[in-house]
Amino acid sequence: MKAVSSVVLLAAIGITCIFTAPAFADELVVYSARKEHLIQPLFEAYTKQTGVEIKYITDKAGPLLQRLKAEGKNTPADLLITVDAGNLWHAASEGLLQPVDSEILQENVPANLRDDQNRWFGLSLRARTIVYSTERVQPEQLSTYAALGHDVWKGRLVLRTSQKVYNQSLVAMMIAEYGEEKTERIVRSWVDNLATAPFSNDTRTMEAIVAGQGDVGIVNTYYYGRLLRENPDLKLALFWPNQEQADSGVHVNVSGAGVTRYATNSEAAIRFLEWLSSEKAQNLFADANLEYPVNPRVAPNPEVAAWGTFTPSPFNLIQAGERQGQAIRLMDRAGYR
Amino acid sequence: MFKHGLSGTAPARGVVPSFFRRQFYDGWRLATLVIALLVIIPLTVVMVSWFQPAPDIWRHLSETQLGGLLRNTFWLVVGVACGTLLLGVSLAWLTAICEFPGRAIFSWALLLPLAMPAYVLAFVSLGLFDYAGPVQGLLRDWFGSSRWFPDIRSTGGVIAILTLALYPYVYLLSRNAFATQGKRMPEAAESLGCSPWRAFFLVILPMARPWVAGGTLLVIMEALADFGAVSIFNFDTFTTAIYKAWFGFFSLPAAAQLASCLVLLVFIILLVEQRLRSRMRFTEGRQSAAGERILLQGWLRWGACGYAFAVLTVAFLLPLMQLCYWSLGAFQKEFTSRYLDLVGHTVLLAGSAAFLTCCCAILLAYTSRRHPDAATRFLVRIANLGYALPGTVLAVGIFIPVALLDNILIDFCRNLLGFEVGQLLQGTLLIMLLAYLVRFLAAGFKAVDGAMHRVTPSIDEAARLAGYRGLHLLAKIHLPMLRGGLLTAFTLVFVDVMKEMPITLMTRPFGWDTLAVKIFELTSEGEWERASLPALTLLLTGLVPIIILMRKSEE
Repeated sequence: MKAVSSVVLLAAIGITCIFTAPAFADELVVYSARKEHLIQPLFEAYTKQTGVEIKYITDKAGPLLQRLKAEGKNTPADLLITVDAGNLWHAASEGLLQPVDSEILQENVPANLRDDQNRWFGLSLRARTIVYSTERVQPEQLSTYAALGHDVWKGRLVLRTSQKVYNQSLVAMMIAEYGEEKTERIVRSWVDNLATAPFSNDTRTMEAIVAGQGDVGIVNTYYYGRLLRENPDLKLALFWPNQEQADSGVHVNVSGAGVTRYATNSEAAIRFLEWLSSEKAQNLFADANLEYPVNPRVAPNPEVAAWGTFTPSPFNLIQAGERQGQAIRLMDRAGYR
Repeated sequence: MFKHGLSGTAPARGVVPSFFRRQFYDGWRLATLVIALLVIIPLTVVMVSWFQPAPDIWRHLSETQLGGLLRNTFWLVVGVACGTLLLGVSLAWLTAICEFPGRAIFSWALLLPLAMPAYVLAFVSLGLFDYAGPVQGLLRDWFGSSRWFPDIRSTGGVIAILTLALYPYVYLLSRNAFATQGKRMPEAAESLGCSPWRAFFLVILPMARPWVAGGTLLVIMEALADFGAVSIFNFDTFTTAIYKAWFGFFSLPAAAQLASCLVLLVFIILLVEQRLRSRMRFTEGRQSAAGERILLQGWLRWGACGYAFAVLTVAFLLPLMQLCYWSLGAFQKEFTSRYLDLVGHTVLLAGSAAFLTCCCAILLAYTSRRHPDAATRFLVRIANLGYALPGTVLAVGIFIPVALLDNILIDFCRNLLGFEVGQLLQGTLLIMLLAYLVRFLAAGFKAVDGAMHRVTPSIDEAARLAGYRGLHLLAKIHLPMLRGGLLTAFTLVFVDVMKEMPITLMTRPFGWDTLAVKIFELTSEGEWERASLPALTLLLTGLVPIIILMRKSEE
């Protein structure tokens, strides 16, 4: 019997003796929920420019936060990159990120797109807006997110699932703007207008509109951009809602980053973060996914700029995190699946 | 069931007290205990969550969604279990016992869907058959409307997709059973006046029970833990609620509590199944010689052929064609030399995990054969529970204790030995392999244990009289007879590890990306067309062990 267990053990150890070395001084370790193909070109460019090597692991935001938490002060990670302000807010409120005092970042990232204690910074902007069928809808018929609940849109609205954090953030920001009661009425009126059960992604939502299953929907602009690249004659257009109202605007979210609380290399991490927000890197960061730069001095990619300009919602994105739970409860009550 | 030695005949004692008796632990039971502990640790992490109550989330769920979730989950499990039983057993019987045109090809081809991840099948089918897809588009062109077309985004649709993705588990295991059970019993039944059909239900099927039940149990556990496919359908199940509690409400405790309910449910199912078939024996008769197959006549011949072809088409050929079509477009953009690395990592990980799992599965199967007492069976059952947890929850359950241990080690080195080390355990392949073992042991065990049941107790007795004992007996007598079951176990685990995402994501060392990781990265950004290339590569790589398995078992 001893023989069996030792054979098993030896076999296991034999195939597996690979250890990770401790981090070197000019090496940066990044945990990223933004996907490899969107960030790896930036890492490469930075390494080329500065000689700093970047090691990274990608995963979903939830497991990455859990990982940071479990590793505690021995974490190898210096920087956390993730999408959605809710995730960033949550990482900060769990004490996983440290405040960063950097004039460059303060200047490059508008105040409503970063943490009030500077624990995280938005790096690219994602607009969640209305998309409509150019065959069956006139843009004059559209005005606000809330107006999609009007009776004219009965059986014509197509939405993505409420499980997706983008919709949770949208509703959270609406709660910040309108209060819970009014938001719930709006969400209920959306559900009443649905043409079909919610889809699992934005691309499907738009394809359903093209196919005539519905006429209007709410999507992130870069999905629209991707579809437009595949088919330049796409019978869809974007509409920027909430432009007439004071203190309102298009719902925006960010992908962003923060220096981890126990970073071994926080100096290097801050310098990298500053570089990411700089004019040089901003286009590289945003264009990889047809998003908008956060740095106001950087113009979006011409392909993206062609969709027109808009006023974004002025509310601080911290709200998206703080009210996320509230938003999910609200959508569950309203029967928005 | 077969009894041996004193342990089997000893009067039944309580299960728990036996764990504390020293004489309980011979080497075999000790090793089983170690394996069970590997599973118990992450399960404990999950169970500990109950000390951090999350009443508001439970209240919210019970007020809004819980009823619907339970209903959905119930129908999903019942539907998929029945569907896979029907497809898996009927196809296995046709290809193992009968003769019809194309049988030799179908017998291995019907296994191919094993390599097709459920989420890929779900995505492709939805793309093809939903309102905006080409099929309904064509129907609208012809008839003006496709409103009468059944909605694929429905309970029935999800059940159909998961059935097609998971039936190979039942097919593979029951085919093994039919092919090895010999002809004597059915012949005896027929000589006593049974029609072939009655003989099937009265003799052949009951004799294949551990395999059929084992396969169905794997399917039930997969269906309960599935997140990828159901979320593509936006179909709310218990698992989606777990994810919502974690990623939406940021409450890992609530997620773990929900997950522990799943584990409990599976444990009960395992218990009931074991009860139902205790005191049965399923040993091997004489091997059936070739040419003794039932020749199907008339329309049955072509009916069988058409049926097998239809299943193969929807479960494999159609999605394969779609993936190929997309890959053509994505090839130039996506293909880099990194792909070889990804394939290399995938094969190495899947291969070593499958090997390790097979070793442990033999150990468990042999121990429960040697010691068929309640306490040992309990340990073995525990060791099989990892398969029931949703992958992400299990990944965290593994990661937390490993990180804890690592921190202790690091502090120990720093404070007492005075030097700095990086993480010693985390990000090593050892942890990754152990995590895979915990997750997929059930898949390996079911196949090996089934094969172990085929070995008659008299063989053990004869071998023992000839002087073979313990390890020797296992290596010289059992192992050669277990070859088929082991090959099956290896293939199942290999393919499962290849498709696995959450554990791979959470425990891989820096740079150890696999094909599944690549698919995850692309699909989570909605880039399904680009993901077709790694998906296709994964599929083709997975086909290799499956084809080897089928060729060996045909010999």
